Amino acid sequence: MQTDRLDNGGRIDRTKTLNFTFNGRPYQGFEGDTLASALLANGVRLTARSFKYHRPRGIVGSGVEEPSTLVELLGDDASGNRPVTTVALREGLAAKSVNCWPSPELDVGAINQMFARFLPAGFYYKTFKWPNWHLYEPFIRKAAGLAAAPAEPPKEGHFENRYAHCDLLIAGAGPAGLMAALVAGRAGQRVMLVDEGSEPGGSLLSRNLMIDGKPAMEWVRSVSAELAGLSNVRHLQNATVWGYREHNFVMVNEREPEQPSILERNWRVRAGQVLCATGAIERTLVFGNNDRPGVMLASAVQTYVNRYAVRPGKRAVIFTNNNSAYAVAADMQASGIEIAAIVDSRENPPEVARASVPGVEVLSGQVITTTHGRRRVRAVTVAPAKGGTGRKITCDLVTVSGGWNPAVHLWSQSRGTLAYDQALSTFRPDKAAQSAASAGAADGHLVLAEALRSGAEAGANGGALPDIPASDDLDYAVDPLWQVEQASGKAFLDMQNDVSVDDVHLALREGYDNVEHVKRYTTGGMGIDQGKVGNINIIGTVAMQKGLPLDEVGTTTFRAPYTPVSFGAIGGIREGSVALPYRHTPVTAWNLANGAFMYESGARWRRPGYFPRAGEAFQDTVNRECRTVRNDVGVYDGSPLGTFELKGRDVGRFLDHLYTNVMSNLKVGRARYGLMLSDDGLVMDDGVALRLSQDRWIISTSTGHADAINGHMEEILQTEFPDWNVFITTVTSQWNNATICGPKAREVMQALGTDIDISTEALPFMAFAEGHVADIPARVVRVSFTGELSFEVNVAPRDLLRLWQRILEVGVPFGIAPIGSEANHVLRVEKGFLSLGHEVDGPIDPFDLGLGWAMSKKKADYLGKRSVALRRAGTSNRRELVGVIPEPDRMIPEGGPLTPGGEKKPTEGFVTACVYSTVHDRWVGLALLENGHSRHGETVHVRLNDGVIPARVTPPIHYDAGGERLRS
Amino acid sequence: MMNIPCPFCGPRNEAEFAFGGPVKPRRPDPNATSDDEWADYLTQVPNPLGPVEERWWHVKGCGTWLSIWRDTRTHDIVEGPGNAD
Ligand SMILES: [Zn+2]
Repeated sequence: MQTDRLDNGGRIDRTKTLNFTFNGRPYQGFEGDTLASALLANGVRLTARSFKYHRPRGIVGSGVEEPSTLVELLGDDASGNRPVTTVALREGLAAKSVNCWPSPELDVGAINQMFARFLPAGFYYKTFKWPNWHLYEPFIRKAAGLAAAPAEPPKEGHFENRYAHCDLLIAGAGPAGLMAALVAGRAGQRVMLVDEGSEPGGSLLSRNLMIDGKPAMEWVRSVSAELAGLSNVRHLQNATVWGYREHNFVMVNEREPEQPSILERNWRVRAGQVLCATGAIERTLVFGNNDRPGVMLASAVQTYVNRYAVRPGKRAVIFTNNNSAYAVAADMQASGIEIAAIVDSRENPPEVARASVPGVEVLSGQVITTTHGRRRVRAVTVAPAKGGTGRKITCDLVTVSGGWNPAVHLWSQSRGTLAYDQALSTFRPDKAAQSAASAGAADGHLVLAEALRSGAEAGANGGALPDIPASDDLDYAVDPLWQVEQASGKAFLDMQNDVSVDDVHLALREGYDNVEHVKRYTTGGMGIDQGKVGNINIIGTVAMQKGLPLDEVGTTTFRAPYTPVSFGAIGGIREGSVALPYRHTPVTAWNLANGAFMYESGARWRRPGYFPRAGEAFQDTVNRECRTVRNDVGVYDGSPLGTFELKGRDVGRFLDHLYTNVMSNLKVGRARYGLMLSDDGLVMDDGVALRLSQDRWIISTSTGHADAINGHMEEILQTEFPDWNVFITTVTSQWNNATICGPKAREVMQALGTDIDISTEALPFMAFAEGHVADIPARVVRVSFTGELSFEVNVAPRDLLRLWQRILEVGVPFGIAPIGSEANHVLRVEKGFLSLGHEVDGPIDPFDLGLGWAMSKKKADYLGKRSVALRRAGTSNRRELVGVIPEPDRMIPEGGPLTPGGEKKPTEGFVTACVYSTVHDRWVGLALLENGHSRHGETVHVRLNDGVIPARVTPPIHYDAGGERLRS
Repeated sequence: MMNIPCPFCGPRNEAEFAFGGPVKPRRPDPNATSDDEWADYLTQVPNPLGPVEERWWHVKGCGTWLSIWRDTRTHDIVEGPGNAD
């Protein structure tokens, strides 16, 4: 039963009834309701329990400022910690309160209230500090409640991001924002008008005001219609400007832009100028038990009465220190709410204010000291502000207005400064730090005519001003009242975080006297509140206690997001495989069709690890693939290797600078292995350079480092040698290759058919030639990463699959098989070939790796030369690359530490890799070992948790030490 | 997100760039510097509270390595000192 729904009025559609549940109970509301207005219409007043003390709480506000009731939405649209006032009602909505179990009426945590005096600010930090806070934190967080994160992604729809640019972004479509949009839009500016509400109008949606002699909402309608006709204006509703970053970069969260397909859209907008027309937020007043259900902000009561046709109470006491509550009182009276009294803390409330509610008793110079009742307010005690005996007034609604704070959150995020305005008793925007301005109530213009004018001025930006429409509004005047000093009972400053006046006093007593420290110690203004309702009262309380003016106390930092934003909206479509896509070669599909076990193998390349056959265990497959290469012939896809083409007269000397060895004297048609160091002597990469012609080269890099090497080369070229004639092109995806390797590789090449002379004499190891293979244009390179005779057949990507399939066809008589990266790893370890991720870390230099021959003595300078020399001049022992043979034969885990004698002593190295060698029918490994080069033949010890493995030290090459096979 | 002026592409979103770190002094001749000077060159990186010259790589754009002066307190891109040369 919607017992508190008014018979007429409101911006709701009474023909559309919506069913919903709250804490398991069924209710009904109307299209246009929020969950808050529907609950109030149903007479529900107790809606929450507070964060720390589990005190009964109700609905306090009507918009994003709601400090009291947070709800968790259940079911398909599960989400947590939403202010109840921002949840649009829909059919089938299911919501529950946070912070209470099993319900707000029967809340087990409410026992905390009895211990409230033992739970002051900082209680947790003080009590749970031994042995450390993190031990207790999970339990306390759980007890503190708040909603659980949804366990599932939304059932339907997705999130997306969008970029936009505009000349003027206007945050807020209230009177000032609409006026600004109209003026700027008519002048042809690209305008984005963004408003958080379900419809434009801002405060006009809640107030009974006239513009140009007609109801204000008619003006809103006509302005909206004109804006909709302007192609240079983009108008978003249900969209919150939640972040204002450097360089006028603004983030907007648009909710349900396209139901049901797009749940939320996060806009990233670069704006020429930003106009903060964000309105103002009403302050609460601070008196005893000011958090009892039934104590509501005046602006909220006005909104419920006018916009939602809901009566939040039958008999109200209004408590104010300013004029705006009198207009609210008039609207309440008109809706049939009895006004028991207006309690005005000012000695002489202005006559113009009193005139709006003739006949209503105004108790001037008086304050509410406390409220009475249990789960909702039943009465208040009113006493003279200067002290004296109080009297009790019965009521079921207390409407409070402590004055207005411009919503300066966005302005502050942009680093704009604030100045305290004595007349308004609040902080106003002062100096802009970026191209930003404020208008309307956000700039302190709290009367409609001023708001319209300031909006028009901001929109015109110095240009011609249009006629400002005529409007009527009550003049605003306020006397600050930061707290009622004779309050009895807990007086809350920040309801969301359960911060009372006593907590702030305690923080000050304990030495936290900077307002930022008070915030951190009490948590006041934190969380989703971000200083909306209670902030100025906290500053005022600090100021009173310290005897300082408010501007000397200052404000805390307002941070993004202004209102909560879901992670989904921030992530957009970047979820699952889209978040970090794989790179593929043209044979990925073939690999998958042929049962390859695929995984990522550096730089997001998706490669085959191994090709299991029926009945094979992992090790069987790897062993078979290794034997295939060592005894017959295998083929693998080497396309992901980083490949760059360098052109220009100065490539030779450029490569001489990058690589440790001399490259410039390489003959055309030949290839050379090279090492790249960073200038501080770290091994960056290794690879092969080919000289295609006098001024044209190809270099390869390891797969994982390709992007970094690209940046490295470009940086050096552009910043150090801008006058050198070198052009670098990334051709990793322009050249793909199939590498045929094994003693029968040449026979496979012949079977494929090629016009290149592939004899050892014509095409020796480290040479290459261009021609055709299987009638496909190809460059054939004699390099080897397996230690066997190898032909790397490079072709255009469009030809790779054809080549690949042809190789496997003609290779059948030779026993060919595709080889995965697991076998490749075994084969390179047997050969002692370097893998940067395994054998190289910070302190390791080329000499340690046995690659001292690659460090040119001839060249006066190259990257890393000076630094390696400098490091080697030190006296500390070097860790050097060796082979290890575990004895007895067993596997050693990668990274296994070597300690002297296997004892509990500092390590002298570690095992970098250990593989099962089919050549030796045993496990072999590589290790970095202190002074390893001079310790061949010694036994070292791998110290593991479950025992010690002795291992014999050998040279770091377990197979074909002379290299006859790869040269064959 | 900053709006970084690329000499070729105009102002572009920071997301298109890779950070290249503060600009260090020019690389000295390694054969004409002391060990200390060389170590300083490698390890001393400008890190002021205020304007600093730094490199950005327009990796998702034209590929240019450029430098800007950025005020580390505000992210404002500012005029650098000594632009006379
Ligand atoms: Zn560019």
